[in-house]
This record gives sequence, C-alpha cells and structure tokens, in this order.
Amino acid sequence: MKTSRAFDLWRKAKSRVAISLLLLGCGLAVLPLFAILLHLVREGASSIDWNFFTQVQKPVGELGGGMAHAIVGTIAQVGLASLVGIPLGLACGIYLSEYGGRERLAGPVRFALELLASTPSILVGVFIYGAIVVPMKKFSLFSGSLALMLILLPLVARTSEELLRLIPQHLREAGLALGLPRWKVILSVVVRSAWPGVWAAILLGIARIAGETAPLVLTSFGNPSFARGLDQPSASLPLQIYTYSISPFEEWHRMAWAGALVLVLTVLILNAITRLTGGSNEHRRAE
Amino acid sequence: MSTDAQNRVEIETVGLRAYFGNVRALHGVSLEMPRHQLTALIGPSGCGKSTFIRCLNRLHEEIPGARAEGRVLLEGQDIYRPGSDPVIIRRRIGMVFQRPNPFPAMSIYENVASGLLLAGVRSRSVLDPIVERSLRQAALWDEVKDQLRKPGTRLSGGQQQRLCIARALAIDPPVLLMDEPTSALDPISTARIEELLVELKKAVTVVMVTHNMQQAARISDRTAFFLMGEMVESGPTDVVFTNPRDQKTEQYITGRFG
Repeated sequence: MKTSRAFDLWRKAKSRVAISLLLLGCGLAVLPLFAILLHLVREGASSIDWNFFTQVQKPVGELGGGMAHAIVGTIAQVGLASLVGIPLGLACGIYLSEYGGRERLAGPVRFALELLASTPSILVGVFIYGAIVVPMKKFSLFSGSLALMLILLPLVARTSEELLRLIPQHLREAGLALGLPRWKVILSVVVRSAWPGVWAAILLGIARIAGETAPLVLTSFGNPSFARGLDQPSASLPLQIYTYSISPFEEWHRMAWAGALVLVLTVLILNAITRLTGGSNEHRRAE
Repeated sequence: MSTDAQNRVEIETVGLRAYFGNVRALHGVSLEMPRHQLTALIGPSGCGKSTFIRCLNRLHEEIPGARAEGRVLLEGQDIYRPGSDPVIIRRRIGMVFQRPNPFPAMSIYENVASGLLLAGVRSRSVLDPIVERSLRQAALWDEVKDQLRKPGTRLSGGQQQRLCIARALAIDPPVLLMDEPTSALDPISTARIEELLVELKKAVTVVMVTHNMQQAARISDRTAFFLMGEMVESGPTDVVFTNPRDQKTEQYITGRFG
C-alpha cells in the first residue's frame, strides 16, 4: 500500500493546484462582466436623470435630450414580439414534446426550429426587410417586432420542449389514470410541473431580444422621436445607443453611455428575476 | 360466505390480446375479477401482467404503437366497444403505480383533490370532506392533517404511495388497479399498505400486480399466474398456492424459476 505521508502531501498539493486553476478560470470568465459594469457606471451613471427618461433626441447643437422614445420603442417591440412569440413558441414546444413521438410532422418542425434558432440575427432582419419592409415601402415598428418575434419563437419552443420532456412519463400516466383528458394532463400536470424552468426560459428569451440590434437596423430602422404608429419607424435602446455613439458630439456620447447602462441593467434585472422566481425547483427535484 | 353480491363479477376480460407494434404481449387472456375481492396477478418479469392491468383502464393504448383487442367487461359493459371513451372509463377505475408519483407542483390537498379539481370542481365545501375521507381511507389523514398545504413530494416514499392511493380513491372508483404498489417501499411501509388493502377491498374491487409471493398469499382472495403472455391458471389464492393445477405454477410459486 502506497499511503506514506509524503504521498498524501503530494496528492493534496495536486488537488489544491487543480482547484486553484479552476477558480482562476472562473475569475477570468466573470472579470469582463464586472469590468463592463464598472465602466458603464463610471461613464453613464452621471447622465441618467429625469430628462433621460422623459425627453427625446434633440437636434444637434441643442443641449439635453433623452432616450424616452428609445425606451418606449424597445418596450413596444419586445412586448409585441413576446405577445405573439411566447404563445406560439410554447405551442410548438408542447406539440413537439407531447405529441412529437407519434406525429410525422414533428421531425421537420423540430429541424426548422433548430435552423431558425441558429440563423444569424442580421439575416432575420434582411429577411423581414425583403418580405415586409420593401413591399410596405417603409421601415416600421411592426416589422421590427416581427424580426424579434422570429428570434424569440425558436428559443422558447426549443427550451420548453426540452424542459417538458424532462417530466417523467409516469406523471402523465397518473393524470390519465385519473380520467383526465389529455390536454388537461398536459396543461395541469406536465406544463405546471415544468413551469419554473419554462418561465425562466421565457424571461431569458425576452432579455435576449431586448438587446438585439442587428435585426432592427433594416426593419424598425430608428427614429429620433416617438413612433406615431405600428407602421412608423421606431427607435429602440440598442439602435439609439448605436446612433448616439457613432456621432461626433460629446453630449450624445454621454447619452449613449447612459443608454448602455440602462440596457445592461434591464437585462441583468430580468436575469435576476429569473433566478429568484425560477430558481426554486424544489418541486421538480423529487421527480 | 357466498352471497350473490359477493360473487358478482365486477370486471372481466374475454380473450384479451395486447400488442406493442407488431409484437403480441398478451395472447388471449380471459379472467374474472369478482366484486370486493383482491385479485393478485403473479408471474415472472415480462410475463404480461403489467400490460394486462394497463389494459383494464385503457392506459396501455397511450403508449405509441400499442393497442389491445378482445373484450374487457366492466359491470358487464365492454370498455373497448366502439364509441367508448377512455377518459370516462378511467374515472371508474383508479390506478396506483409502482413508483409513488404525486404531482410535483401540487400540495398534499391538491394532489388528493386533483381528479376533481382538474375536472372543474372548485368548491371547498365539496372538496374538503372528500379529501379527508380519501386520506382516512388511505390511512394517511393523521400524519398529514396539519400540513395539507405542503408539497406532496415532501412526504416519505411510503407516505407518497398512500397519498397516491388517496388520490385514486378521491374520485370514488369501484375498481382499484395496483401495479406493484409496494415494490419501491420498505417493509414497514409495505405492511401498512397491505393492511390498508385488506380494509379497502370491503368497499372496492382490487386488482394487484405483485412480484412478492408472500404478499399475494397474505392478502389476496384470488390469484392468477401469468407466463409469457398467457394466463396459466387462476383461482382462489389458497388453492393456487397449495394445490395448483399446472406444474409451471407450482414451479414458480415454489421458487424453481422466475
């Protein structure tokens, strides 16, 4: 038996080195997040004031102005995209998980969703540009929402399918054996049991599209003021940050920093809500 | 003790055949399960006894590609006749599974009431007495009456299984199917459930799959022995165990194979 004291010390030393390396890796991975946050707070925090949330873009040369139009634009586009994308995505996920085993349509649907999910987001923008913007002859809030919806839908569909599949078969059988119709079992037993995870997936999906810029460049285009209707071009936080930051004006640069800070905080808060509300999977653990 | 009521057949199969795709798992089983008696189904793994019990509430056909042929008469009516609705059939036949499977997102109360809650019954004045009655029938009331709002999955394995029995009983089915209900439980929980079954069969017809020969001998009134998709023999438990007609039955219950 090779259990000398020297051997034990060597073994423990190796263990310490290995754990230190793992910690170092984690540290390096998290460092950029804090660097970004710190930088954004330093550059942007001072420019966040009442005007930032209530004013729209001012003409060059005039002092002040804000991002109200961009905030409203983002809320409108993300809201519209969610309103359609989440129910459709859930429907796809439920269909694939609960009926996918028996239906011939499931394979192609799953494949199409996978392709859609891995399509670069600028291509989604180009597609909507060709399909909606050109025939309508104008950029619009509606087309921007549609592009975001196309990004959200496959995300929700794929993650919800995966999460519903994790619910063990015997729970479905328990529901059916009680004389409940299949749709009731799916909604009240399967979806309900998987809900913490599905809810988290939905929030993460919303956070993802809230930060999308590329698909909006060719669809909702941007607007220095509020969009006056669904068929008008609209501002959005990511686009407005871009507009402000490539300008030559100091005033606008400050605004871009502030906008970036608000966007990052919004996404962080969404993620935190996800953690807090979806994190308690005490229910799911017991199978 | 053979009055008419006791001898009445509650559920009966006639030439029942079950398939998984093209594979036949049951080759024409005819078995009578008398009212308010406990019928035990025994046999080695893969002999078709679980498939058989799952045909009795039409759960077998929920597996993709699976189907059943022949007749299953519940109080004389064929549950496989055209136009018969499995959802309605299953409200008259409760089922308890091998692994305790309380609904994870529901409290103890909601689990017991789930069959009614999910069918749209919301009134507490209707549900409360049913929940209490079912939990008492399942010998769980005293242990959980002060924690009905807790998740059902917080209970121990044996308690969870009794919770599942209460859930099945809450819709007041005349027949209760049990697919190895104690095989995942420790001996003490097993003994509690056996006591419970002896009590339950006064009001409910019980059909139980078991791998445990002593269990079948202890609590069942009738026993049916399955082998390779056929029912080899069935009869009163004491006869099957002490004086079996078929040599294969004798070999199985004396532990020479299976």
